[in-house]
Amino acid sequence: MPDTSPTPETRKLSYGEAVNAALHRLMEELPETLVYGEDVGVPGGVFGVTRGLRKQHGDRAFDTPISESAILGSAVGAAMMGRRPIVEIMWADFSLVALDQIVNQAANVRYVSGGRLRAPLTIRTQQGNAPGACAQHSQCLEALFLHVPGLRVCMPSTPQDAYDLLVTAVHSDDPVLVIENRTLYFGAKEEVVVGGPVLPMGGVRERHAGSDATVVTWGSITHRAVEAAEALAREGIGLHVIETPWLNPFDTGTVIASARRTGRLAVVHEANVTGGFGAEVVARVAGAGVTLQAPPIRVGAPDVRMPAAPTLAQVLVPDADRIAGEVRALVRGGSR
Amino acid sequence: MSERRLADLQAMWRIRAFEEKVRDLRAEGPIVGSVHLCIGQEAIAVGACDVLEPEDALFATYRGHGWAIARGVPLEPLFAELMGRANGVNGGRGGSAYFTAAEYGFHGENSIVGGGAPIACGAALAGRFDGSGRSAVTVFGDGAMNQGAVHEAMNFASAFDLPVVFICENNRYSELTPIADMVRGSRLADRAAAYGMPGHRIDGNDAESVRFHVRDALEIAREGGGPTLLECMTERLVGHYIGDAENYRRPGEMDRIRRREPIARLRQALLADGVPAGEIDAVEAGARAEIEAAAAAALTAPFADPATAREHLYA
Ligand SMILES: Cc1ncc(C[n+]2csc(CCOP(=O)(O)OP(=O)(O)O)c2C)c(N)n1
Ligand SMILES: [Mg+2]
Repeated sequence: MPDTSPTPETRKLSYGEAVNAALHRLMEELPETLVYGEDVGVPGGVFGVTRGLRKQHGDRAFDTPISESAILGSAVGAAMMGRRPIVEIMWADFSLVALDQIVNQAANVRYVSGGRLRAPLTIRTQQGNAPGACAQHSQCLEALFLHVPGLRVCMPSTPQDAYDLLVTAVHSDDPVLVIENRTLYFGAKEEVVVGGPVLPMGGVRERHAGSDATVVTWGSITHRAVEAAEALAREGIGLHVIETPWLNPFDTGTVIASARRTGRLAVVHEANVTGGFGAEVVARVAGAGVTLQAPPIRVGAPDVRMPAAPTLAQVLVPDADRIAGEVRALVRGGSR
Repeated sequence: MSERRLADLQAMWRIRAFEEKVRDLRAEGPIVGSVHLCIGQEAIAVGACDVLEPEDALFATYRGHGWAIARGVPLEPLFAELMGRANGVNGGRGGSAYFTAAEYGFHGENSIVGGGAPIACGAALAGRFDGSGRSAVTVFGDGAMNQGAVHEAMNFASAFDLPVVFICENNRYSELTPIADMVRGSRLADRAAAYGMPGHRIDGNDAESVRFHVRDALEIAREGGGPTLLECMTERLVGHYIGDAENYRRPGEMDRIRRREPIARLRQALLADGVPAGEIDAVEAGARAEIEAAAAAALTAPFADPATAREHLYA
């Protein structure tokens, strides 16, 4: 791919601004990109993440009706014809009204055509709980998409990854879901290198060093896992926190190597435990024959719907205290 | 005539005062999260609910506080729900966008655009087998008219002559985007013809007009004539959600909207009827007092008990 990107520079950006910067860069360097979805054009997105794109790129950035099937299906069709659509589904929960276009359609294009067709579309969405959010605006659905071969899935948790992963996703010739998080959009500004090379998919981020247990995590809860690791470090418990922002492809090797070294494994995600991708991670480590000193644990939301009342949601969505408590018990043994 | 108008005014003031109080409580902190107010759209809920029977089913949207109130759900449990209290109408499980109170014939808000329309078809279908004579009303916005589930529901109800009234609250915007930019023909009621059902664009800022058309639609439905689509023209006096900067508004737009809003209009009509201003103002004062009392009571209620967070998942 010809590198038309400008020389890298460092900017202070929030997570939302980093997504915006990536979109601006992508529309500039890839004339075949289109950016569309509900309220993304003239208003610039309900979270302001697509601001300025329409002004800069005119008709290539536009608003759509509230028609998720048409948004996703048209992205599949346009991608088959050589465009590179970047579509927004405002909440991951809303993708459920149009799953057909993702699962039955986008995921099949390359395989069934024997590689003669491709669907290089990127679906940007965001998910997770926030105070007061109702049961239809709180779900963490990554496992649903990870169950589907043919889709790539990533979940950035930092401004730098919000930028880099989106750039990688859009440059990919396969359908990619980039699952962001609205509680991060307006977070603190951090130094972000923009305009750098297109990075390969995959890889991990080592967020905390330690040798007593391996903690694998992704998405916004990464920040809580790190907080828990810092708290436990003060007690003399060292956690190796591995963030895996790419879930497909997933860097199984690094996780296995860490688990082998620490002898203990915890997977932390905001999604419900049963059928969550944490189960897959545990299975892969077990399948690799890693001998653990204690049974592996999964920390996630219990298998229940998400209530709106903060006092109820608080006891369901894992916080740093709960993560620390469960991992402490994993390391020290005995009851939690 | 004046009597009915006064009753409508009272019903609308209860909703508006509720919503204004919600806005205050959201600003002050007791209510957290996303809230969609129906200020300016009260006449639709008031007119429609007036002609619903207790056995009828009502499916509203996240902009449904007014529908819950008009259907008779008591105010304190609604406030309590918004504040995450144990005595909330859903014990804190629903929140602003997902109230449910089936015991009042209010089968719930829904925060998935268009999600309620097929469910309303099912409620109507059940009535064919359970001897209840139930009709179903489903409410949604102009933007929801572009959602697949709504199209499927309209055809489903038409094909099987189901007693469903589709009420589209056309406030001209879907979130921050004008509906006129998202459809070719902006008369949404015209779509009814494609499904072989009656469709009317009506004045949604006039409770009497809404009452008339919903009663008519229900009569057709109960006689086996199938569904009707009512496009109720209205306006939001407020943003899509609390916090919406409303950058999409045009100069002068809000002045025009204020002149046509249902409460101000009804006040004018009552004055023209010769009702003394004092009597009209007393309606507002009464509603506000009722709202203040309900909110104050809810504020003293205990928060939802975390020990109950996992209850009610399965039978
Ligand atoms: C399936 C789905 N897509 C998108 C949304 C996000 N959303 C919530 S309200 C809304 C606008 C709805 O507009 P309209 O139907 O006109 O109703 P209004 O809010 O104006 O009452 C959108 C896009 C959603 N809740 N569900
Ligand atoms: Mg609308």
